[in-house]
Amino acid sequence: MRTEHAAPRVTAAADIAHRVGPIACILAGVILVWYAAAVWLNAAQVIDRFKADARPWTARTLVDATWSMERPVLPAPHQIAQNFYETVFDTPVESKRSLIYHAGVTVSATLLGFVFGTLLGILLAAGIVHSPVLDRSLLPWIIASQTVPILAIAPMVVVVLGSLGFVGLFPKAVISMYLCFFPVTIGMVKGLRSPDPLQLDLMRTYSARAAQVLWKLRWPAAIDFLFASLKVAIATSLVGAIVGELPTGAQAGLGARLLSGSYYGQTIQIWSALIMAALIGVGLVALVDVAERLVARQMGRPA
Amino acid sequence: MNPPALRGTALLLMLAALWLPAGANGWLGSPGALASALASTVCAAAGVRRWNRVGELGLSLSAVLVGSAAPLILLGTPGPFGTAAPGIWLYLAGWALLLWSALSMLSGLPQRGAGALAAPAAFGVALLYLWQVLVAGFSVPQVLLPAPSQVGHILLTRLDILWLDFRQTFLKAVLSGYAMGCASGFLVAVLADRVSFLKRGLLPLSGLVSAVPIVGIAPILVMWFGFDWQSKAAVVVVVTFFPMLVNTLAGLTAADAMQRDLMHSYAASYVQTLTKLRLPAALPFVFNALKINSTLGLIAAIVAEFFGSPILGLGFRISAEVARLNVDVVWAVIAIAALAGSMFYGVIAVVERACTFWHPSYRA
Repeated sequence: MRTEHAAPRVTAAADIAHRVGPIACILAGVILVWYAAAVWLNAAQVIDRFKADARPWTARTLVDATWSMERPVLPAPHQIAQNFYETVFDTPVESKRSLIYHAGVTVSATLLGFVFGTLLGILLAAGIVHSPVLDRSLLPWIIASQTVPILAIAPMVVVVLGSLGFVGLFPKAVISMYLCFFPVTIGMVKGLRSPDPLQLDLMRTYSARAAQVLWKLRWPAAIDFLFASLKVAIATSLVGAIVGELPTGAQAGLGARLLSGSYYGQTIQIWSALIMAALIGVGLVALVDVAERLVARQMGRPA
Repeated sequence: MNPPALRGTALLLMLAALWLPAGANGWLGSPGALASALASTVCAAAGVRRWNRVGELGLSLSAVLVGSAAPLILLGTPGPFGTAAPGIWLYLAGWALLLWSALSMLSGLPQRGAGALAAPAAFGVALLYLWQVLVAGFSVPQVLLPAPSQVGHILLTRLDILWLDFRQTFLKAVLSGYAMGCASGFLVAVLADRVSFLKRGLLPLSGLVSAVPIVGIAPILVMWFGFDWQSKAAVVVVVTFFPMLVNTLAGLTAADAMQRDLMHSYAASYVQTLTKLRLPAALPFVFNALKINSTLGLIAAIVAEFFGSPILGLGFRISAEVARLNVDVVWAVIAIAALAGSMFYGVIAVVERACTFWHPSYRA
């Protein structure tokens, strides 16, 4: 009994090592290269300063200086970690210097846009699945709408909506919505069409109405597609919210943080905002993943 | 509703609209508009009974085309429009029903060649027309939404500047960045496929990167590579690298076990199996990445220009003209970018068709 239990445990440990090992190696490699690149990219400025101060310098002082500059070309990882820690944990949350505050602003716009975009996407998909005219004439334009660089005009949308009196969350959410609805529509059109003809025929023999077919057959069949699309949609929604914060009018949010960092050469600030954005992105996708598992369990499917 | 019923309802709406106010002169004051509206109602009335398919298509199309002139003519006359001219809007509602009936006839055409393009093309033109009429009718401020005619005017008169912007952003930054990003993503994928250690490390990380707003590195790359197109190309490289990596890796597993066994039984080397079986099998995935990247790259380059650029480029033009509230120029730039993006996508789709003609999705 005992050995039978032990055997899978060993393979589980080996499995984790097998999976985590390569990732850890590559991450370690990235960090090493990063430190080296920080020396290489920052050296020129540091040497200039040493020369200006007429100070003697050795390789050791040079490396130390490149890893502790105030406005480096490439900050060293520990500088970013330190700034991230300070602005997240050591700053009051309501302060404008707190990264949590800026992240909160961005996340609320992201979620609002995500909800609207998902609803719009599902509505469009339902229309397209039920009307051959919409399928033939609207669907090609929805695909073409992806080639409109909406991210590129996001700042303009914000300015224009702002001049109409819409400020704050709403303009950013509009941009997130425009980016979100596309993957949801495409995924749901596929999903709502995924029931096979036999199942649709069965519904017809029950003389089910279109609404009943939609609700009892098409919708449950589309759930997998819905969640796959939602994962893409929430990540693009975050990008939309960040880009919506780029115009100078925006006072808060990760995008405003990126832009002000780029204006004042505060590279450390840019990187810690980026790390925050990355963490939020991963966290939001993980949330959708959790929701998917919960729904799958509710529907009685193996998660 | 079936098309004849649609045309019948449209007929009633349009006839009712003729009795409602439409501007200072009204319907009787502008004979051109009245003639167009009446001609359209005649076509609609003829379409209330069933004809053969060609007849119905012809009737609904001519009703739509002839009827589209009336609102434009009316909006050229003096007078308060908007909510003060319900005649125009009721007429337009009827016209939209006629359009719907025409679209349903068009989408019943055989879906090959021009037949497949007819319905979406008609829908696009109709959208532009409705945009024009609504913007003019409700006198929407130009800052909010310029009419398509204004955008078209800018496109014609300022083509020289816009061409320079296009060359800076698309021909220099996007194309070079796209080529480098896709090529390096492809090569790294082939390498990672050979070295499974690399694959196990890279795949989860690129999953992570896909959740990260990569556009955020634009300010950093602009700082490193300067304001000119090189920094935008660098952003495009980073943005296009990961989709290509992930898709190519997925594609390299697409050849099934039987086919690999066959290559094995031929004593084919790794390189032979790669070039003769696995890379061709991966082509649909590679083209998928190329298509995704075609639009991603353009958007990334434009956004990167917001963080600093020389005094030309599509992104620069957008931010500069937004600041001066010249929204019509901005829309002209958007039209150019959308057109360039669609054509880029279309070219890749055509090449894909030629290269992966064997794939089931093209054999139907």
